Amino acid sequence: MRHYRVWGLGPGVALLLTLSGTVAQAQTIAITGGRVHPVSGPVIENGTVLIRNGRIAAVGADVTIPADATRIDATGKWVTPGIVNVATTLGVVEIGAVQETVDTPARGRGDAITASHKVWEGFNANSPLIQVTRNDGITTVGVVPNNALVGGQAAMLDLGDGGLSEMLLQAPIAMIADIGSKSDQIGGTRAEVLQRLRDLLSDTREYVRRRADYERNATRELAARRGDLEAMIPVVQGRLPLVIDANRASEIESALNLAREFSLRIVISGGAEAWMVADKLAAAKVPVIVGALNNIPLSFATLGARQENAGLLQKAGARVLINGGSDGFNARNVRFEAGVAVAFGLPWAEALRAVTLTPAETFGVADRIGSLQVGREANVVVWNGDPFEPMTRAERVLVRGVDVKRPSRQDELMQRYKVLPPTYRR
Amino acid sequence: MTAAGPTIRTGTIVLRDGKIVAVGADVAVPPDAQVVDGTGKFVTPGMIDTHSHLGVYAAPGGDALSDGNEMSSPSTPNVWAEHSVWPQDPQFPRALSAGVTTIQVLPGSANLFGGRSAVLKVVPARTVQGMKFPDAKYGLKMACGENPKRVYAQRGLMTRMGNVAGYRAQWINAEAYRRRWDKWLAGDRKGDPPSRDLAMETLAEVLRGNIFVHNHCYRADEMAQMIDIAKEFGYTIKSFHHGVEAYKVADMLAANNISASIWSDWGGFKMEAMDGVRGNLPLVHNAGAKAIVHSDDANGMQRLNQDAAKGISEGQTIGITISEDEAIKWITINPAWALGLDDKIGSLVAGKNADVVLWDRNPFSIYSRAEKVWIDGAMLFDRLDPAQQWRTDFELGYVPNGKVWP
Repeated sequence: MRHYRVWGLGPGVALLLTLSGTVAQAQTIAITGGRVHPVSGPVIENGTVLIRNGRIAAVGADVTIPADATRIDATGKWVTPGIVNVATTLGVVEIGAVQETVDTPARGRGDAITASHKVWEGFNANSPLIQVTRNDGITTVGVVPNNALVGGQAAMLDLGDGGLSEMLLQAPIAMIADIGSKSDQIGGTRAEVLQRLRDLLSDTREYVRRRADYERNATRELAARRGDLEAMIPVVQGRLPLVIDANRASEIESALNLAREFSLRIVISGGAEAWMVADKLAAAKVPVIVGALNNIPLSFATLGARQENAGLLQKAGARVLINGGSDGFNARNVRFEAGVAVAFGLPWAEALRAVTLTPAETFGVADRIGSLQVGREANVVVWNGDPFEPMTRAERVLVRGVDVKRPSRQDELMQRYKVLPPTYRR
Repeated sequence: MTAAGPTIRTGTIVLRDGKIVAVGADVAVPPDAQVVDGTGKFVTPGMIDTHSHLGVYAAPGGDALSDGNEMSSPSTPNVWAEHSVWPQDPQFPRALSAGVTTIQVLPGSANLFGGRSAVLKVVPARTVQGMKFPDAKYGLKMACGENPKRVYAQRGLMTRMGNVAGYRAQWINAEAYRRRWDKWLAGDRKGDPPSRDLAMETLAEVLRGNIFVHNHCYRADEMAQMIDIAKEFGYTIKSFHHGVEAYKVADMLAANNISASIWSDWGGFKMEAMDGVRGNLPLVHNAGAKAIVHSDDANGMQRLNQDAAKGISEGQTIGITISEDEAIKWITINPAWALGLDDKIGSLVAGKNADVVLWDRNPFSIYSRAEKVWIDGAMLFDRLDPAQQWRTDFELGYVPNGKVWP
């Protein structure tokens, strides 16, 4: 059998391999000379981030660098925590139109309640889109189920090497619900949908109170099957946030009322008209996940959509998380959402926080990720400029101290076609 | 940034009676001119989008406003997008506020032949007639691949070869129709004139070169098929739209003078879109073909400049250096060319229509916002003056106004 060297790696690919080869595994790494944005504290000019065994060992202007440290010269560069895309289907939807690769929403029993659905169990750690995403400085993602009254549980994953068990940061991080604009799919009017959610919440309490009776079939029929009721327990006990997709101002108010009624910890997502009820969201200390590239009144539930949303929410004192690029292919573009939010009024530092520390805090992983602090996972990105600018590139991407910047499938395609391989020149 | 040469660092542009009359570093300001101080700001031609569904898939959406895909037959060259356009679509003022001044509104991609496009100025009007770009040629929307295959799987087409047979059958009919009519029009008038057929009329105009073909096509191999069909029947394709694989056949596009209307990095949502790469724009550009940033989306339309910036950036990554002065063409003069309007719009050159955007900073920055927008010399948007911000009829009372909700 003869081997033809048909494709050949282009020079760019070879270069990338060489760069990433210098820090192939977790060790002691010193990123020096950069403009360091720890997010948890003020910017450090000419700072050093020291990484040991995959965690951040020191951050500051006067860090002693061990002799054995691998140095990454970040002079003139910006250093930030890895960006978090807090709500994506990366790894659970590969190609939206190819059903075989689609692992959300759950099918359930047709009642749109699939609380027991752990979406991350369908996560494909070998998806080539993971490389595409992390090459752009996204180091952590929230993987969420979609399109149901209660769609199931979301997880937070680091986009490091290995399989699902290595990547999982925390699961579950939240239960995902939707009371709003898709109410047709959920089945019913807005009021019916709310009542169904109320029934589920009160029946979960009933289930907790009367578990023995339930086991003896001595209770009335409850609003969901056993597994779903079990999954809802941490929600009704206020231990697990309930993310509620709501866009119209009235839907958001309904969600706030529901949270008060059942003492829930909720997070609003979508939130197209959140700016109209910003004071109430701030008073209730309810975080809001919003995009910024959205000012189209695409439905009657989003008539108030505007790019100033994030800025107005922040100004009112509400906690803002920025999302964008919910599908895997576009998950990397969340940093541009943050940039547009800045263009329309969100202070720059708040925008960086909205894609790093705030999502980490909201979902209980701030002791692991989201800032450059001693002891945190070394999810660190070196940028050749402002990370929100399209002209800026993530030059080094470290996940848990490992440089994961490598040629993606997309990079290989580009190299292949930049100079046509011989067999293709016909 | 003129899209017709190097950036003029401290320049002046003079607009008079709807036209650009002077552009340069040493332009005398006429004494009667109203002066807008652009110090520290940027001026570009109005952005042009070759692929839009504004008005035919109007916000707030729903079945009532779903007027873009005539899915009653795989071949509907008889329908015209302008007959669906709702001028009160609130997406129009948002496009304008982002610096978009001319758009091509296309029928959707369900059909092999989707119908005629409408080239519109993004201006407030009661009627589509009030928005139509005077004397712009029509486009014909054609579509390849998965969409027609999927839509007609139960009633007609179900394969790519079925698609191709469908195009060819129609072109054969159109060729016969064109011959009959051309004979009549040339004076060979015996008996009644040939009867009119709206579908064939559109296709015959394509064969005569009076209507441009805008072909939705994702995959490289399908673009090559469409180029062959165009040659077989003697028409030209003006632009491949979406073209996520345009970079694979960029040399063929250059050789056949076909532009690529593409995204910077949208893709992956279906099988034929999975090879989309962020280097598509620079790779196409580098091969000598005309690269165009298009949107197909009312949000994306507002960031054509940011998409171009992504293209510049990815070019740097893969070793293709493209200047801002070149990349600005992707969103101005190149789409103007694809619409056959490059003699009227798309660059800041004396004599052209005064479609001009004043940006608050470099338009390739994410933080850049269009501050003022002129079309035909009329200032239709001013970010600093709420009185100069167009609101459609629909928005009154429904869409909260920034003035009311600070």
